Amino acid sequence: MEQLKTIGRELAMGSQGGFGQSKEFLELVKSIGEARSKAEEDRIVLHEIETLKRRISEPDIPKRKMKEFIIRLVYIEMLGHDASFGYIHAVKMTHDDTLLLKRTGYLAVTLFLNDDHDLIILIVNTIQKDLKSDNYLIVCAALNAVCRLINDETIPAVLPQVVDLLGHQKEAVRKKAIMALHRFYHKSPSSVSHLFPNFRKRLCDNDPGVMGATLCPLFDLITVDVNSYKDLVLSFVSILKQVAERRLPKGYDYHQMPAPFIQIRLLKILALLGSGDKLASEKMYTVVGDIFRKCDSTSNIGNAVLYECICCVSSIYPNPKLLEAAADVISRFLKSDSHNLKYMGIDALGRLIKISPEIAEQHQLAVIDCLEDPDDTLKRKTFELLYKMTKSSNVEVIVDRMIDYMISINDNHYKTYIASRCVELAEQFAPSNHWFIQTMNKVFEHAGDLVNIKVAHNLMRLIAEGFGEDDDAADSQLRSSAVESYLHIIGEPKLPSVFLQVICWVFGEYGTADGKYSASYITGKLCDVAEAYSNDETVKCQSLVEELSASHSTDLQQRAYELQAVVSLDAHAVESIMPLDASCEDIEIDKNLSFLNSYVQQSLENGARPYIPESQRSGVLDISNFRSQDQPEASMHGLRFEAYELPKAPVTSRIPPASVAPSTELVPVPEPSYSRETHQVASVPSISDAGSTELRLRLDGVQRKWGKPTYSSPTSSTSNASQSTSNGVTQVDSAANVNSKARHTHDSRKPQAEITPEKQKLAASLFGGPSKTEKRPTSASHKVAKASSHAAEKSQAPKAAVVSNQATLDKINHQPPPDLLDLGEPTVTNSAPSVDPFQQLEGLLDPTQVTSTVNHGAVATEAPDIMALYVGTPAGGQSSSAENSLPSNSYDVNLTSELSNLTSGTTNAGATLTQFTKGPNPKDALEKDALVRQMGVTPTSQNPNLFSDLLG
Amino acid sequence: MIRSVMVMNTQGKPRLAKFYDFQTVEKQQELIRSVFGVLCSRAENISNFLDAASIFGPDSSLVYKHYATLYFVLVFDSSENELAMLDLIQVFVETLDKCFKNVCELDIVFNYSKIHTILDEMIFGGQVLETSSTELVKAVEEISRLESASNSINLVPKSVSGWRNR
Repeated sequence: MEQLKTIGRELAMGSQGGFGQSKEFLELVKSIGEARSKAEEDRIVLHEIETLKRRISEPDIPKRKMKEFIIRLVYIEMLGHDASFGYIHAVKMTHDDTLLLKRTGYLAVTLFLNDDHDLIILIVNTIQKDLKSDNYLIVCAALNAVCRLINDETIPAVLPQVVDLLGHQKEAVRKKAIMALHRFYHKSPSSVSHLFPNFRKRLCDNDPGVMGATLCPLFDLITVDVNSYKDLVLSFVSILKQVAERRLPKGYDYHQMPAPFIQIRLLKILALLGSGDKLASEKMYTVVGDIFRKCDSTSNIGNAVLYECICCVSSIYPNPKLLEAAADVISRFLKSDSHNLKYMGIDALGRLIKISPEIAEQHQLAVIDCLEDPDDTLKRKTFELLYKMTKSSNVEVIVDRMIDYMISINDNHYKTYIASRCVELAEQFAPSNHWFIQTMNKVFEHAGDLVNIKVAHNLMRLIAEGFGEDDDAADSQLRSSAVESYLHIIGEPKLPSVFLQVICWVFGEYGTADGKYSASYITGKLCDVAEAYSNDETVKCQSLVEELSASHSTDLQQRAYELQAVVSLDAHAVESIMPLDASCEDIEIDKNLSFLNSYVQQSLENGARPYIPESQRSGVLDISNFRSQDQPEASMHGLRFEAYELPKAPVTSRIPPASVAPSTELVPVPEPSYSRETHQVASVPSISDAGSTELRLRLDGVQRKWGKPTYSSPTSSTSNASQSTSNGVTQVDSAANVNSKARHTHDSRKPQAEITPEKQKLAASLFGGPSKTEKRPTSASHKVAKASSHAAEKSQAPKAAVVSNQATLDKINHQPPPDLLDLGEPTVTNSAPSVDPFQQLEGLLDPTQVTSTVNHGAVATEAPDIMALYVGTPAGGQSSSAENSLPSNSYDVNLTSELSNLTSGTTNAGATLTQFTKGPNPKDALEKDALVRQMGVTPTSQNPNLFSDLLG
Repeated sequence: MIRSVMVMNTQGKPRLAKFYDFQTVEKQQELIRSVFGVLCSRAENISNFLDAASIFGPDSSLVYKHYATLYFVLVFDSSENELAMLDLIQVFVETLDKCFKNVCELDIVFNYSKIHTILDEMIFGGQVLETSSTELVKAVEEISRLESASNSINLVPKSVSGWRNR
């Protein structure tokens, strides 16, 4: 029947040419619909593209036809084919005067273009014009395009017009203008920060629809800053009351519910405002209670409102009566047959359980039912609830359940997620060591390589250190139980790599610890592993070098060489290099690199530029840094300074390693031979004969590395000293930042060469990953005895520490606050001279800032102000005038939020704001804002007088 | 905020795709495919919600509804209410039904621009704008009336008026 109807309609459309579309389009759609395979469909579409390409650029196409072409383009693109050849025609269409074409043009460009597409520049002008149009439909179409096509750079171009539209006579336009401003806020909060009072004003709009639209931006604003909107609690409550009492026009009813979408928004806002605020919450109790009573629980939307009420109740200051009502609704949800309601019930239960844990007990059975439901969504939601409910008493059951579910699913994303949940719970609530090990085994076995590598490190750490109690017996028991279970598991085929590495490491460390198993037995097992997983290089390497480290980031080549060296040494030496059961003993590293201090100081005095943390440099430097390790003379920029010293270097490098020639260290040649090997092809001409001597050289390197420590350490220390002095000489005039950085790398590579290979990588990444510096506080200072989730794993801890210490070391010397440096970033990386004055001035500014932070907010904000003026002058050429005209300044934020508290002060705000419209661009403003925050001063400090003083 | 509205048929062919954050054409296709992959494996009579984090990144949920040969899909973040979104789909379908009397898949294919007009009146920049289907129909009819009035080169008024009265 359905089909018959369809055919009939098709015929009807064919006869009358469709809805303004030609027969061609109909044919196209039909043939695509009838295509048997993807290939056939592609062929049809490609043919269509050819036709369109040809015809769309013909002159004098009738407008109606043109519209159809554009629609066909949109259709093609929706099917996944490239229609970019027609974008320009869509853009042209927006310039057309007829409403139909203009709207089609706007529709097409909003679907086609990104907000940083090149063609946008052609549209902005049209949008500006259309926003002022008399025809409200054109205005609406333009607003629609504004939402999608305007980015933070073009916002200033249309902002005034959009703001004007807030007073438009048509409520549809007002609504859309608010939404557009909301969108601007998403894209660049600072661009509309001065308009926040407008949102408040629109809350009192005559039209409930406009009021409802205003709730969207207000919700976002309140999410960010609750305190500035506490005064609106009463207004929101009264609006909600009016809505709930059906005071709105009938047109806003939906399925017999008064404006449910507005109710939901309001409840969400109230939940934010009442969170942790008893006073505000008390004002809400009545109205929320009313809604609980009045809501129609038979309709879908009614339940949506009820659910939102529960969320609100669980967020605001608890009220026993409301909690009771919420619990009732939850039980109704859970008992319902609808899976949707069950889902909402489980979710609501998860929220309420934080306030009244006892409520879960009455729903035990319902929860278990949901857990066994075939619906995956419901199941996952239930696991979420269980996760929140976990205590040490029920952890075993819950984790078991989770693991069972984990085994049953294929979705890798969720598997990873739930595995991490299991690990987290197990770490937090584990009742016994044995259980913990067993659980981790299961997780590893089934989730395998999806498990975060850190988890493995934590596990190894736990086994090595025990649970923290000074009970050696328990620790060794833990170890032997781990060894036992691993011996059991290792026979199974196909173990995930991460897990195998853990197993191998444990065997290596503790396999023979309790004397139960002989060393040969364990070694035999390990060899089996190595054979069985011969294609898995990490595991192989790990199982062979397992005593060496618990680290992971394996540089295979390096390992192989080390291994060769180790094997060639006698047993005694091996023992001294790799002491038993010392995996957690700290390897001594001069974390502060204090031997460099004098050098750094010296080169600074000589005018060298201070170290800039990696996060603030562009990639260019990284590359040059990397290169400089191997072939300094080949790299560009500041490294040129180094090149002149090289020619003699290779000569000295070929001197037998016993010689303590200081200059050796300047060249990378004697350094770990693997780099030589890797870059052999690209090695520099000056040491072109390195190829022939390569073997010898390599052995030299190895010997130096693994030779008697007594003799190699003086080598390094002397060379350090000599190196720094020689550097001081060579770099008298202008030691570029790049240079000094390269030096750091060289230096740090040395100490590491004598101690362990771990640190080699450490050094390689010494200036590495900016993310690592974040771990600074946990890893550097204290060692967490218990394997908790945030304790960085062993090998990474020193790494992060050194990285951070390097950073802090440099900071101590020059104290460049990252924000300030950021301002000069582009120039710093390019050329030294243009930056030098900048840096100097910065240095001058620094002391004032430091002192001012100590005192109080008002003075602290003065520093960035100076900075702003300063930035304004030298970099004035860079910031465009358009950006300058932008009224965004950190003060704006301060002022508006300040003054919106004092309701009468809005006019003042306007007056003062105009003074600051010449402020710097939004980026600066943001940075300053960040700086102020960093100094511990919130933008909303309680000191309006001081600000007015500052503003004069 | 609503991230995306999709309509696809039971064979996985997209009938309407609107993303409120820009996605490249390839990415759009990939998203549509993976959404369809999940939807078509779901049984009848289970919940209409899905955790879309694996497809759309963190903090995203998906609500879908199956009508005849079409799936209607909404993707949104945690600032929206799942049940309310389900009703929004309902509003959309009701409006389509009123505009095209007994809407079917072909109506959506052939009235591509009109569907977009309806959607734009309902959801604006990722936020719900209007939820009353009568209001929506009114707005859309007003637009088509003014469009045809402004379109001076409209040579076939009969078919257009016939279309409007449908």
